[in-house]
Formats: sequence, C-alpha cells, structure tokens
Amino acid sequence: MGRNSLIAALAAGLALLGLTSAASARTTQAEFRPVPGGFSFETPIFGRFDQGSLQRGYKVYDEVCSACHSMNLVYYRNLCQQNGPFFDPKHPNPNDAPICKAIASSKKVPDIDPDTGDVVQRAATPADAFRNPYPNKAAAAAGNGGAAPPDLSVMARAREEGPVYIYNLLTGYVPAPAGLTVPPGKYYNPWMPGDVGSYWAGAKDKVPEGGFLAMPFQLTPNRVSFDDGTPGTTQQMAKDVATFLAWTAEPKQTERKEAGLAVMIYLILLSGVLYVSYRRIWKNVAH
Amino acid sequence: MSAHPSTYEPKTGIERWLDARLPIVRFAADYLDLPTPKNLNYWYTFGAILSVMLVVQIVTGVILAMHYVPNGDMAFNSVEHIMRDVNYGWLIRYIHANGASMFFLAVYIHIARGMYYGSYKAPREVLWLLGCIIYLLMMATAFMGYVLPWGQMSFAGAVVITNLFSAFDQVIPGLGTAITTWLWGGFAVGGATLNRFFSLHYLLPFMIAGVTVLHLWALHVPNSTNPTGVEVKSKEDTIPFHPYYTVKDGFAIMAFFVVFAWFVFFAPEALGHVDNQVPANPLVTPAHIVPEWYFLPFYAILRSVPQKLFGVLAMFGAIAMLFALPWLDTSKVRSMRYRPTARWFFILFIFATIGLGWCGGKEPDDMVITLGHTANNDPTGFSVTWLSRILGIYYYAYFGILFFLGIYEKPLPVPASISTPVLGGSAMPAGSVAQAEKKG
Amino acid sequence: MVDTANAETHPGGEDPSRRDFIHIAAVTGAVGGVAALAWPLVDQMNPSGDTLALASVEYDYGKVPLGQQVSIIWRGKPVFIRHRTPKEIAEARGDDHAAMPDPQADAARVKNPEWLILIGVCTHLGCVPGFGGGAYGGWLCPCHGSVYDTSGRIRQGPAPKNLAVPDYAFTGPTKVKIG
Repeated sequence: MGRNSLIAALAAGLALLGLTSAASARTTQAEFRPVPGGFSFETPIFGRFDQGSLQRGYKVYDEVCSACHSMNLVYYRNLCQQNGPFFDPKHPNPNDAPICKAIASSKKVPDIDPDTGDVVQRAATPADAFRNPYPNKAAAAAGNGGAAPPDLSVMARAREEGPVYIYNLLTGYVPAPAGLTVPPGKYYNPWMPGDVGSYWAGAKDKVPEGGFLAMPFQLTPNRVSFDDGTPGTTQQMAKDVATFLAWTAEPKQTERKEAGLAVMIYLILLSGVLYVSYRRIWKNVAH
Repeated sequence: MSAHPSTYEPKTGIERWLDARLPIVRFAADYLDLPTPKNLNYWYTFGAILSVMLVVQIVTGVILAMHYVPNGDMAFNSVEHIMRDVNYGWLIRYIHANGASMFFLAVYIHIARGMYYGSYKAPREVLWLLGCIIYLLMMATAFMGYVLPWGQMSFAGAVVITNLFSAFDQVIPGLGTAITTWLWGGFAVGGATLNRFFSLHYLLPFMIAGVTVLHLWALHVPNSTNPTGVEVKSKEDTIPFHPYYTVKDGFAIMAFFVVFAWFVFFAPEALGHVDNQVPANPLVTPAHIVPEWYFLPFYAILRSVPQKLFGVLAMFGAIAMLFALPWLDTSKVRSMRYRPTARWFFILFIFATIGLGWCGGKEPDDMVITLGHTANNDPTGFSVTWLSRILGIYYYAYFGILFFLGIYEKPLPVPASISTPVLGGSAMPAGSVAQAEKKG
Repeated sequence: MVDTANAETHPGGEDPSRRDFIHIAAVTGAVGGVAALAWPLVDQMNPSGDTLALASVEYDYGKVPLGQQVSIIWRGKPVFIRHRTPKEIAEARGDDHAAMPDPQADAARVKNPEWLILIGVCTHLGCVPGFGGGAYGGWLCPCHGSVYDTSGRIRQGPAPKNLAVPDYAFTGPTKVKIG
C-alpha cells in the first residue's frame, strides 16, 4: 500500500466526520445577524480597536449599562493605558492622565473613614475599580427581581462570538410571538440563549428560538448623544458598547497581536534558516 | 548509561578535574555523540518537541504561581490580574494555557508514532511503560491545572472528574463517598479542593521531569527504534546525534512553535471554552460541559456506557490498554511499514480515536444521522452515543486484533539492515529511499 | 553507498560545513530568540499595573495632636507624620551644625517645621525605628541600635544615612499628599 492511499484514506475519513456533524442543543438562540461594517478588531492578526468607538462605547456603558452592571475588573486608570479608549501619548502614565483623573473624580465610591470606621462616599481615583452600582450581590439581586445583573468585565470573552452576541442581543428585542407567554418582569429576546418551550402554546416543533432575560430594551435611539457627532442610533450604540466590552475583556489584545506579528516573522525566518542548515548538514547522508 | 562506549576526552585541566569528580560534561558529550539510526523521520522529532514543551510549561507555570492566588474567592480575579496588570502576564498565561494543548498534541503524535513503528516491543517495554506513566501524570496535571482559573468549566470539570470515584459506591457502599469527600476536603468541590489541586499541579510536572529522565535513560540503553524497525547492525546504520539530529529536531521545534505561536497570539481562547470566563458558581452548571479537547475520546467512552461503574472502568481501561500493549502485540515484525494488514487496523484505530474525540464534544443525544423527529421536534436516528459505542468497541478490539494478527498476518520482507532498506530483496538506490522518508 | 561513509569519516560530529554562515545564523537566531523571551520572564516580577497605581496616598493630618505622630503605609512602607513640639524643633535646629554622619540642616528636611514627614525605614537594614529611644530625643532602631534625632538625622549607630524624606505636598489646610 502506498503512502498516497494512506493519505487518501485519512482525508476520506475526516470528510466523513465533517459531513455527519449535526448539532442540536436544547438551549436555542437565533442565528447572529452581521454587525454593520463589522468590528475593526475582529481579524486575528491586523484587527485593532477603533479608539473613537471605544470612547463612544465607554459613554454608552457609563450612561446606560453602569446603572445596573458592575465591572469589577476594570479600573479608571485602564481607560488611559496604552491602546485604551482615552490613551493620550502625552500622558503615557495612566495613573497621572488628566482625563482619567477627571473621569474618576466625578464618581463616588464607598470607602471606610479611617477615624470613625463609618462607610463614606469619596471621589474615586484612577486606582479605583469602576463604581459598583450595588453595595453587594444581594442588593443587586434584590434590585432586579432576584437576578443580579452580571458583571460585564469579561462578558465579551464569556459568550461565543462575544461582541457579535452583545450587538445582536442589544439590538434584538422583538415583540414576543403570539402563543408565547412572557413571565412577569422578563423580556423576550431571540438572541438570549434559552429554552422557552414551557411558555409556548403553539406546535411543539415550532418553539421560538431564544430566551427570556430580566433586562428590557435599553438602547432607544439617541439615548446617548455622542460627543463626536456620531448619530446615536440603536445599532451604533450597540456596536460601540460591544467594542468597548471587547476591550475591557482583553485590554492587552493590541499588544498581543503586535507581539504576535513580530514573533511569527521571527519564527518563520528562523525555521527557514534552520531548514537550510539541516539540509546542508544532511546533504551527504543517505537516509 | 548507554551501551555506547564513551568517546569524551577531557582537554583542559579543569575538565579533567571535574571529570574525575562528576563526569557531567562526559555525560552531555556522550549524549550528543550518541550513534543514532540515520533514518529517523520527522515523526521522531516529537520526543525533542515534548522535552521543550515540558520546559516551557514548567518555566511559565512557576512564573504564574508567583501571581496566582489559590483561594476560591480570589483565584478567578488573580488570573485576570495576571492577564491585565502583571507585566507580560497575558503572554505568559496564554503560553501556559495553550502550551498544555500543544503538549498533548505532541504527545499524541509521539504515542501514535510509537504504536506505528512498534516502539513498545522488546527490548523497549520499560521505555514504553515509562512513557505511559508520563502520559498519566500529564493528564492529572492538565486536569488540575484546568481547575485553577476557577471558572465555571473549571468547577464543573473538578466536580465531574472527582465524582468518577463515587462509582466505587457500587462496589462497596460508602467507599466512593469516602474517597470523594477525602479528595474534596469537604462535602463538595470547594476552596480546599482548589488549594490542594494547586499544590499537586505544581508538584506533578517535576515528577514528569523525573520520569522523563528515566524515559531517556531507558531510551539510551537499546537506543531509538527507526522506521524500518530493524535494529542497528553496524556503524553504517548510525550517525552521531549532534549535529544531525540536533539540527533536525531544532527545525522541527521551530516549525511546531509556529503553530503554537499562532494559538498564543492570534487565537488564544480558541481551544478553551467561553463558560470558563464566568467565575465558578456552585449553584449553576453550564448547559453543555465538555472537558478539554485532549480528554474527549475518553469522555466519549465514559458516556457511551449506561452503567456508572462500568463507564468509569471502560474509561480507565482505555488508558490501561496502552500499558498492556507490549504484551498484546504478538508480531515478530516491529514496524507496521512491513505489516500491510496491521497498518489498516492502525489507521482505523486512529480514526476511531479521533471519532471518539468528536463524539466527546457533542451532546450524547445529538444525531449523527437524523432519520426523523419526535413530536417535540427532537431528532431521532443514529445518535452520538451509538457511534461512541461502536468506536469504543473498536478502540478495545484493536488491541485484541494485534494479538491475533501477529499470529496470522503475513508480513512483507523486512530489510536486512537500516542501510539496505530492501523491498523484495533488491537493493534500491539511496536517493529513492530518502525521498520516501521525507514525507514520513 | 558512498554517502554513508561520509558520516563515518567524521565520527565526532564535526561536519566540515558546520561553520557555514547558515549554521552561525541559525544558532545566533535561536540564541537571540531565547534572549528576547527572557525579558518578559524577568519583567513580570516588576511591580504590576495595580501596584503602580497606588503610588501616592493622601492623608488628613488635622487630628494629630502636638507631640504625637501617626504612621501610614505608602508603597508598602511606613511613613511617619510627626507633629513636632517647639522643643523638638529647637533641638533639631540647634544641632544643625553638630558633627553627624550625614549632615543636613533641619530646614532642608521639612516644608513646615511643625510637621516632620519621614519614611520610617532605618537606612541600615530596613527595620522600623521606634520613637522615644536613644540620646537625641528622636528614634531608635530596635535591630542594630541606630539613633536618630528629632529631625530624623542619624546620630549614632551603624546606619549611614538620615531617615529619608518622601516627596510630598500640602494639598489642603490639613491635607498632605505623599508620592
């Protein structure tokens, strides 16, 4: 048997496996709609965050999301670090950047008075994490019908195709189809992963895709007015906040991709040199 | 250590002084000078790749331990702290996380190479067994390492794997519960479990390194196999390890690093699972839990058996078969290059294992071939569970087939020596053989 | 099999072509790669972003009574904020020209003579000196007996330097920012 027939057999087997893949999970979710214009950072090697979009996204988070959602892993200083939304080459030290100091000092965060032990509210510093809208998790749950709004720090990494999912969810609120009973305090969204089968009165094989969530539609047009004049459409706000969340989920993404390009070039060049060296050393060996 | 006589001559006074007290330079020099079969193909470079990967994992792991906090409340955030605030922490962590996958990729190729070329046969049984022990230690290390970020998948993985031992309740009531309680240090997976897993995750790689030294020792007594499976007969069959195999291994390592670096820099989360970016929560298990890809074949075997205890036994048995392999293969011919029938069964075995891995990543009730639907629109037909059963049975059968095949198979003529790789008795020009090797 | 004999003629692995440019390039490239990788492995032990972010602290010293001091933590080190009495100030100023290992005028060590702000780390080997010991009315280090005066200057013992004065600024009527 020749080597080629081995390879052919391998390829045929792999193809067979590919053909027979048919997934069916109980939780369903509507197929993602493409994000208009795509995300600037989505390609693996050359994709980069658009700083304007990051700044607009921060504004959406600040004015809309932050009323309920914490971001415990993100600090005000992060906004001004390299490749961050408000990075300014004139102030490379994020702890001293005036924009971040101003943003931080406009927020009140809880602290302990060192003399009395009382809980006090003080102006935040760049070293503080984003203000948590609730003092603790129980308060967050109590304020939202029992379901604490999830922390958004790494949300874009915690869902399949995170930023695309966020965009689809935020823009995807539709009226519940006839025959679907939406529980009180809940909202239907085809892009929320879930199983609404037990709330569905229609045919068993026509259960709508998607699920319920406690968050109603938020991004009504012009809810946020952007400083750079970009129209505040629902799609624009959703895309920008998804970009911002992609950045908070991995603030070192740009560093990673830049380093990766250099490392790849180096490795491929060195592999080439080693291959020539290998052929040279082995040229007189019959093997 | 090796049968090969030492050729090292200390040149300077200091070298002579040291050589008389600790012949470590002699040891290294003899290693580099080791006469090695000259026909080793690229499949044989994975041993060197694995050594490098072990070093990469230990170095990056020791560094991560400088920043990681093994505490149920802080573990998740300490990993994020590494990713966000530690200088180059993202790089080191992504190397370590993807390095585990690359390590397993390399070890699977290394094992498959050993199975194809009969590397487990006499006189290399101990070499093979040590390799199996390394593989077991790797699995334990990787499993405990995956628990450390303390995300939802970490937690679910720890729960499911430790609960495998609860199957012993079906042997002696209470035994399984006693074992799991002892493993957990509590009534469920929790902070105590995390802390001990961290300790063991730090310990085991050094045990791997220790067994690797024995593995190399056991390699250098009978020396490498080679694609022909014929033992070295004369000096013509060998070349010194250095520079021939240092440069070949070096090239292979760099080529492997290109793949590795792709994952680290451009797809660092591709081999992970999104649910592990959610902090561990004992109140909720993710809808679809799967182990890391390198455990999927065994996971599929586990799930394909409806009875709990037998499922666990079937899973561990699948690994135990590897230990028994040297005594299950009865063929006198070492390399499958000259075993045309065995070769087909081997290829099927590789497919079965990959297929089991595919099944392990699917839901057990998913359909491979959908034939119809139930009233609830659930598909019916040939399910993943049934495919797992068929493939799992073949996985086991392969070892039995090798036993009988060795008795009945008619192998091709085996060359007299490495330097005269003859098919059908007539000498072939050296060039044509070299060409066939390159694809290997 | 002429070719195989070649390996035979160089049993030590010394292929004549070993010193080719390409081999040197390969070895240099590999060594360079390892060296470049070493930097991240070293730099990861330097202070992380969150540590650097806490590089300054603000303190309200309004409640520190005359003749007392508070110790606060700045960059993980104790900082003494001492409310000096006129007697302590006079002693410190009076000794400005005395012989000492690290001569410095008291005026150069304070921005407001009433408030002495020092890093509370002995310049010998890093222990924390305690106030009220030694012959100079200032600090005494418990580890090896270094004695500091009421200006935090070294007067006796093995320490080579005065207690260091951190960068600070008075930011309000009773507020000081250190760092």
